[in-house]
This record gives sequence, C-alpha cells and structure tokens, in this order.
Amino acid sequence: MFEKILIANRGEIACRVIETARALGVKTVAVYSDADANAKHVAMADEAVHIGGAAPAESYLRGDVIVKAALETGAQGIHPGYGFLSENPDFVDTVEAAGLTFIGPSAKAIRAMGLKDAAKALMHEAGVPVVPGYHGDNQDAAYLKAQADEIGYPVLIKAVAGGGGKGMRLVEEAAAFGDALSSAQNEATTAFGNPDVLIEKYIQQPRHIEVQVFGDGAQAVHLFERDCSLQRRHQKVIEEAPAPDMPLDVREAMGQAAVRAAEAIGYKGAGTVEFIVDGSNGLRTDGFWFMEMNTRLQVEHPVTELITGVDLVEWQLRVAAGEPIPVAQEDLSINGHSFEARLYAEDVPKGFLPATGTLSHLAFPDGCRADSGVRGGDTISPFYDPMIAKVIVHGPSRAAALSKMRHALEGCEVAGTVTNLAFLGALCAHEGFSKGDVDTGLIARDIEALTAAERPSAVTVAQAALAVSGVLKCPADALGFSLWEPLSHSVYLRRDDQQITAKIKCHSSNDVVVEVEGNDVRFLRSQTGWRVAGRALSNAVVKDGVVTVFEDYGVAFDVIDALDRSSNDGAASNVIEAPMPGLVKAVFVEAGQNVAEGDRLAILEAMKMEHSLLAARDGTIAEVMAEAGAQVEAGAALIQLEEE
Amino acid sequence: MKLNSSAVPSSEAFKANVAGHLEALKVVSDVAQSAALGGGERSRERHLSRGKMLPRERIANLLDAGSPFLEVGATAAHGLYDGAAPCAGAVAGIGRVHGQEVMVICNDATVKGGTYFPMTVKKHLRGQEIAEECNLPCIYLVDSGGANLPNQDEVFPDRDHFGRIFYNQARMSAKGIPQIAVVMGNCTAGGAYVPAMSDVTIMVKEQATIFLAGPPLVKAATGEVVSAEELGGGDVHTRLSGVADYLAEDDAHALALARQAVGNLNREKPATVKWESPEDPAYDPAEIFGVVPTDLRTPYDIREVIARIVDGSRFDEFKARFGETLVTGFAHVKGCPVGIVANNGVLFSESAVKGAHFIELCSQRNIPLVFLQNITGFMVGRKYESEGIARHGAKMVTAVASTNVPKITMLVGGSFGAGNYGMAGRAYSPRFLWTWPNSRISVMGGEQAAGVLATVKRDAIERQGGAWSSEEEAAFKQPTIDMFEEQSHPLYASARLWDDGIIDPRKSRDVLALSLSAALCAPIEPTKFGVFRM
Repeated sequence: MFEKILIANRGEIACRVIETARALGVKTVAVYSDADANAKHVAMADEAVHIGGAAPAESYLRGDVIVKAALETGAQGIHPGYGFLSENPDFVDTVEAAGLTFIGPSAKAIRAMGLKDAAKALMHEAGVPVVPGYHGDNQDAAYLKAQADEIGYPVLIKAVAGGGGKGMRLVEEAAAFGDALSSAQNEATTAFGNPDVLIEKYIQQPRHIEVQVFGDGAQAVHLFERDCSLQRRHQKVIEEAPAPDMPLDVREAMGQAAVRAAEAIGYKGAGTVEFIVDGSNGLRTDGFWFMEMNTRLQVEHPVTELITGVDLVEWQLRVAAGEPIPVAQEDLSINGHSFEARLYAEDVPKGFLPATGTLSHLAFPDGCRADSGVRGGDTISPFYDPMIAKVIVHGPSRAAALSKMRHALEGCEVAGTVTNLAFLGALCAHEGFSKGDVDTGLIARDIEALTAAERPSAVTVAQAALAVSGVLKCPADALGFSLWEPLSHSVYLRRDDQQITAKIKCHSSNDVVVEVEGNDVRFLRSQTGWRVAGRALSNAVVKDGVVTVFEDYGVAFDVIDALDRSSNDGAASNVIEAPMPGLVKAVFVEAGQNVAEGDRLAILEAMKMEHSLLAARDGTIAEVMAEAGAQVEAGAALIQLEEE
Repeated sequence: MKLNSSAVPSSEAFKANVAGHLEALKVVSDVAQSAALGGGERSRERHLSRGKMLPRERIANLLDAGSPFLEVGATAAHGLYDGAAPCAGAVAGIGRVHGQEVMVICNDATVKGGTYFPMTVKKHLRGQEIAEECNLPCIYLVDSGGANLPNQDEVFPDRDHFGRIFYNQARMSAKGIPQIAVVMGNCTAGGAYVPAMSDVTIMVKEQATIFLAGPPLVKAATGEVVSAEELGGGDVHTRLSGVADYLAEDDAHALALARQAVGNLNREKPATVKWESPEDPAYDPAEIFGVVPTDLRTPYDIREVIARIVDGSRFDEFKARFGETLVTGFAHVKGCPVGIVANNGVLFSESAVKGAHFIELCSQRNIPLVFLQNITGFMVGRKYESEGIARHGAKMVTAVASTNVPKITMLVGGSFGAGNYGMAGRAYSPRFLWTWPNSRISVMGGEQAAGVLATVKRDAIERQGGAWSSEEEAAFKQPTIDMFEEQSHPLYASARLWDDGIIDPRKSRDVLALSLSAALCAPIEPTKFGVFRM
C-alpha cells in the first residue's frame, strides 16, 4: 500500500478520496488553486500544495506542476478523481515517467476509449453490442433501404451534415422508408446543400444504464448497474442502483458485456461502461447497446458502494498498489436500493443557471450520506462546477430508499445561494419516477411542472420575519409585555422584487402572532420550544441581509433594513451645484449625454484643491451651465440632469 | 421561607372572587382598548393615507422587536374634555432600544392634531419625571400642533404647564440623560422647542415641519407667502437651519435612525443591587383573582398576594410577631431584591413603628421597596391618640418620604386617608404607582364622609331645635356617597394621572419587575432621614 498519495483534484471527490486514504493509513497531499486556499479538501489533507491560479487551466489542469508537487512531497501515487486530468492519457504518461503510480487505468486503455467511433468498433469486435446503424458512403436508395431492413425498425434517417432536426425522419416500418428517405434528402439538400444521410436504430424510451466495472489489467469484475436516466440536457440529476425493473438475465448479460469491454482493453481500476437501453417494452437481453466507457471513478459511484458494500476508492488504491481485486465476481451481490441526488448551486427558474455565493449555512440531515466539498462559510466560486453535495441514501427497497431521499432533501439546509433542492424534491415526488418509469426524456417532458415556483406560504414568511426580528430568542420573562393591547412590530422582506410586510404581535411571552398579508400565523411556546401549525419551527438563518427558512427546500428573503436609505445625500436634486466658490477647471459632459451615478462631470478648483463633481444618480445631462475657466459662486448651478 | 397558601381554587368563594375581578377588569380593559385606538376611524385613515404610521406602530418599530412596553397613563383623560382626548392624545411608556430602557413620548396626531390638552401636558411631564428619576433616555416622537388653544389657560402659564417640558429637557440633558426627538409631522410654535432643545433631532422628509409660526401666521404678520415645506421642512432644517440633524425618508427610516442614535449613546446600567436568578412563584400569579375578595371590606391575608408575586413564593418576613397589621419582609421579584411593605389591616402604632424600622433597613441596604397598599387608615380613638399614634405614624411617613431607594407602590385595595401617605401614595413620589381595577382611593370612605357631613348637619339642625328624620338624613348622605364612589374609582383617578395606570392584577409581578428594572437604571443615592419624632 502507498504511504502517501497526492489527489489531483478538488471539491467533494478530493475529500472523498482523502477519507478512504486516511482510513487505510495513507497520508494525503492536496493541491489547490488561488480560489481554493481555504477549501475543505485542503483542510482535510495532511499536506497541501498551491499549484496556481483559480482558472483550471492555471492549476488543476497543470499536470507538470501537479507531478512536481507529488515529487516534492514524496507522494508515491496520484489519484486523479473525476474531471480535470482524470481521462488525460498524456498526464498518465507524465506521472509514470516521473516514477509515480497513476491510480487509474493505463494511458493505452484511456486512449482506446477516448475516440468514440474507434471505441465502438473495438467493442463491436469484442462482442459488445453497439447501436446498429449505417454511416457509409453508399447513398443508393435501395442499398439504404436494405441497411434499414437489417437494422430493424423503427430507424432514424439523419442528414450527415444535419443539425436541429432538419433532414431527420423517423421511420416506423419498411413500407414508409422510401418516402421518408426522399423527403429527408430533399430537406437536407435545401438546408445543407448535401443530401447524404445516415441510418441509425431508433431507440424508444431510451434509458441510460451503466455498469460499474473493476479490472486488474487482465481480469475484470462488474459491480452491477446504475440507472442514470434522469438527465437534464445530458447532465445526470438523480442516479440509482440497481436499475428499476431490471430482469436478472439482462443484468447478467449487461454485466458480462461490460466485463468483456474492460478486458478487451486490459482495463485496470474503476471504470464505467455506459449503455443506451430500449425501455419501451421491458428490458431485454437484446435491447442494450454500448455507448462509451468512462475510464475513471464516476460522480455517481456511491450508489454502487451502498448496494454492494464496497469502497471503490479503497479498491482503486489497493489495485493500484499491486494488490488483486479484493472480491471475486461470485461474492458480489446487491443489497437493497440506493439513490444519489446532485445538489447544485443553480438558479432553476432562470434556466438552471449556475449560481455562486457564500454558504452562510450548510447542514445535512441524518439518514443520508452527503458527499460534499464545501462547509458552511465556504464559497461557491464561478471557477468550478457549482456542486454543493451529493445526497445519497440507501434503503431495503426502491420505495423505501426514495422515501428516505425525499426526507433527506427536505432536511438539507443551504443558505447563501440558490439551489436546485426544490427541483430535486419535485423529481422525487414525480409519479412516473416513483413507479420506476424512467427514461432520458422524462425531465424534459415534465420540466414545467418540475420547476413550478410556489409562492412562499404565510407560515414560511412568518418564520422568516421572526428569525429577522430575533423575537423568539428574547428572554421569556418580559417578551412583548404590554399592559393592554400588544404592539405590532413590522418586519420588511423582499422576494422576487416584491416587498412583504410581516407584523409581529406578542400576546404573551408564550403566544406570538405574525400577520402576513392578512393571514395570522400563530406561534405558541410549549415545553419543547416554539411550535407553529402544530409542529416545531423550521431552522432559519439570517446572514448578510438575507434570511433563509429551511422549509419547502429553503426559502430565502432579502431583509429590508429600514436604516439602509440615503436621504441625506440630496440625490433627489437634478442640479449639480458648486459646493464652494471656485474656478471651473474642466467640464467633461455635454447636453444629451448619458451618465451613470458616480461619473465625474466637472472639476472645480477652490482653496488649492481640485474637487470632482460627480453625478448623484444615473441620468441624462439636460444642460451644462458652466464652462471651463469660469469663476463661480458657491451654490451656482453648473450642470443639470433631466427630470427622472 | 416559602409561603403556604390556604387558597382553595375549587371553592365557591374563590370562583366568586375571580368572577368579580374579571368584571372589574373588563370595565377598565374596554376603556384601555378604545383609548389605544386614538382618534376616530376617519382621522386614523387620513393619517395612514399620508404614509404615516399610527403612534403605537411608531413605538413598536422604535423599540426592539419583542421589547416589553410599560405604558404610563394608558387611560389618561378618560371621561375628560367630553372624551375628545383618548389616551390624553399622547402615548408614553418605557421600552427597550438595543436592550437599553428608554422613555418614549409619542404624540397622537389622530387626536385633535396631537394638540396638548391639560392632561397631555401632565402626561408628558410625568413621562419626563419618570425618565429623570430613572435616568432613562427620552425619545420624543413629535407630531403635534402645539397647545390646544381652547384650553390655553390650563396648558400655558403655570409652573407645571407647557414650558416645563423644555425646562425638563434642558435639565435632563445637563444631567447626561439623552434627549432625542423624531419629528414625524407638525411641530409648531412652542412645540418647536422639543426638537430644538433635543440633543439629536431627526426629521421625516416632506412630512415633518418645525416652525415658530406656520404659513398662515407668517402671512398675517409679514405678508410673506411661503409653503410649510419651504418654511420649516426637513430639507430646510437639515441643510440650512441646522435645527435638525438627520433627514429620514419616511417613518420607518426615521425610527431606524433613532434606534441608531440610541445605539451610539455609550451608556450602561449602573450596578445597584445584587441580582439573583429569577424564579417563578410557587403559586400561579393568575390565582390572584381568586385569593383577593372583590369587596374591600372583606379582610384577607396579603401574604396570599405576596406568594403570587415573589420568586419561589419565598418571603423572609421581618418582625412577623409585632405590629401584625403591617407585613414587612424581604423577597425577590424576577431576581431583584425587594423589601415588601404590605397592609394586613388598619395601621396601629406598632405597625407604623415597624414600618419605619423596616424602611430604614432597606435604605441602609439599598433594597428597593414595594408597597402593597390596602389601607383604611391609622387606627382612631382616644386610646390611640393618647398613646401618640400621630407621632408613630409620622415616623413611618418620615421614613417613606426620606428614603432614596426606589419605591414602587401598588394599590391592591383601598387607599384611604393618612394610610395613603404612610404607604407611599402619589405625594411621596414613588418611582411608579400602579392600581388594580378593584382598588379605591379617597380621603376617607364615602359612607364615613357622608356620616361626618350628616353629623355636622344634624348637630346644627338639632341645635336650632329642629328635627331630622332618618329618611332626610339618608337623602342628604346619598349624593356624597355617590360622589365618593365615582371619584374613588381607579378610572377616575387614572384619568387625572393620580397614578401611572391601572393594571391587570395578574400582571402585577411583570409590572413590578419592569418598574424595578427601569428604576434601577439610576444609581441609588444615600438616604438621609428627617427627624423622627420619638
């Protein structure tokens, strides 16, 4: 076993590798960019080496710098994680040339799988099914028809030069092929000036099922499949293992195909063979086709770990250190069901835009495994993938595991950025998904329902207001005391550009009512603490002018600070006046020009000082009443802005 | 030692007491609730339509969220001026800003434009008096047209009239008691001196005005035509005149600025007494209604009340076997040490001497005094006069008058005659004086007063040889009895600010704790007693 390894990665996967390494007594070296100097993986590692700027190209993609760091710290092996350099064969060469061990497959294996077409051909030779199709030059109609007949209907005719659906036809049966072909060719000619087409098997209700394999360079085992059909624009959202409704014979056939694929390239370490699967009529032994092989540890590897009890990172380290694969195929089995949801800092209503922010609060509930590369107080920076965590659950059955996932997502507490939690929650409540009816088109079909934004409930707003006010943290003895009528304290919040006013009234030190837009929400103190609507309050945090209530997957409001107003700066005035008598040294604007708040409009020289006259607001210059060289009195109007 | 209550909550008497107190409470709470509304529906709506907050909303948003608010004079001016001045047109009380206790005095512009009726002046001055005695920063939320002109003779000329407000501001400022004004509406004529005399003044933009004379008077006097905003708006006063220091966008902003000002006062509460950890009474304070008879003539053990007010119902009774009609002893109210002086019957010479002794002890030890007043007076008759009850009573009155420890008085029953003096009535300047809805206050009982007058009258008639039937005598006495009944009612008293307000007896412990906390914002000065007639 290694004594020390370097992890050439960041975020949750670096932390994940460090955890297993530590458990095995292996010391760890982290590397970090400028942006990650205080990151969790740096804090967790035994040593850390700074490798460059925030942009990946200046740090995590600098193989030479990373190898140098490994040599200088005495690391014997380099774990690449996923992404960055993990599937870069040249990096593998560099590592090995330096006399270090690359904890992963050989450069040769990576190269073999790196070119998709060549990989497919290779797999075809190895007896692994690939999606049938004709990609040849012969464009004779009868020949193409014969190819289609052989592939089997339905087929897709696609323009070679195509894109955007132009020149594409779905052909359900042989009789319709001729017409479809000529219309596709015509359209392709019009659109691209090239009538050439290709033919592919059309896979109905496609599912993305992948098989985890592990090789020692000659032999390989598989650790069963994962279903990653829940995707949004080819990004996996929720993964599970095993695949729902997977017949034993299909699992066996896919597992063997995956092992054949790995052995065909002498694969060493953890890898994943991805298949596209026809989900239209139950899974069949002849209904899956090789797509590609990922020659690294996958993001979603934990679901496999939870159903097999295997620590895949431990296997990686052992096998890389020269040990055999720890368990034989016949000793591997599936226990229960597991899901993984990818929790991202994303603005779902704005089209899943990656978000940034400082996590003012981060907590995960009991009953789940949360693989995270960030802690409360850490920043989601714009430089890297905005993943906050992978939330992973395991249960005895698919239904039990999914129920645990729902609870886990409800219990995640993230403040300081927007997240996709509500979207993940909606997915877990999706009827089809709950039944196991998954395919890669599910999310796209139901995207509107899955991303429907709900107005925060009065109970949520009331809790936000109370958290802002600090009322519930007041000592009980005199909370809100009044002789007769209680006072009503206002809290001003903003959400989606709408101001919400909540009014807090303490009827007694154990009875507080918050009025939100005409609804009274009542909070009562019991032996166990404050309760609302018959339940305990949700956690809430107030930080940096934002209050986040951890219910409905986290609802955030801006806190309007009544003090944060600017009445004293005279911004209302349209006229820029001379603050004292002086000489106009320069005027930088002319009538009609647009200016922004803070723009320098003119310079006044007085009392041996140059005073810049700035625009107090955005606007358009209406008139310039002073010219350079003029001597002006205090209060003289120099420049006028147009009325707002 | 923990007090043992002999109350039986399931007894008929207990239930009857509760019912009687609830009835008395309802009369007061109805008045308090309607006073809290301020002016009529229309004037409130007009006020709100200008983007202004109502007075209590202003106070709520000035104070910390969840802050207690110990209101003073909640039913002031009730029944006066034909009901034209609910709450005397101004809200006053003690609350917390950034954890510091402050006195807030807030005009209610929905009541006759916030003008000062005589009771408004009295209330304003009482608020200032409390602030001065308790060393509390004053925050004036100003929205007032100045003196109420039809009542000018009762608000302007005398010592304790309008001018005293500014005198107090200057004197308090000199003592280092901060004076902060937030002008949120009109502030005309004499009223203009409230902000002008303040240490810090905030004005709401295009809403607040300060001027010695408004535009109509200016036009009449000099012919100058000028708008209110140009004459004395926030812009003028924060930019040109310097009368105000901060310009606020609106009420909420102005109140936030005032909070900020309080946050920057750099003040700390002085160390005065040794606080203990607060503890709830062993007996539920809500049971006070059941243990106190509603009829003042029915005697009961005042320790039943003490057991429902003090921490752990623990009471270190002093001199329990001597002068038993006055109960004295040490206890804690929400952690604050107190010396309790409570009536348990008429005052005899021994009780008075014991009271004087106990007040000396508390003064020596810097222990605040709580008076639970239920007193018909000092004992009368030849025996008592000749043993010198006046001399002994004078000792107690001297002790009460001289002591410098904070005194909090609560009228839990009758307050008649010289008993009122010995038990720290209004004239003896307790820091606070609170009353229960069942309490009564007058120089003597209505029956007794009518009896005195009837005896004088009968003597005169009989001297002239006339006769006076018992029917005639009863008819003669009735108006006096009725007058005393009306004038001794706590609402009548509170309307005239003879006290600081009527409270729900079940809240007595909270009220005492808040009063003590406010009183202890000021250091306790050493006491020098007057000559005791020995």
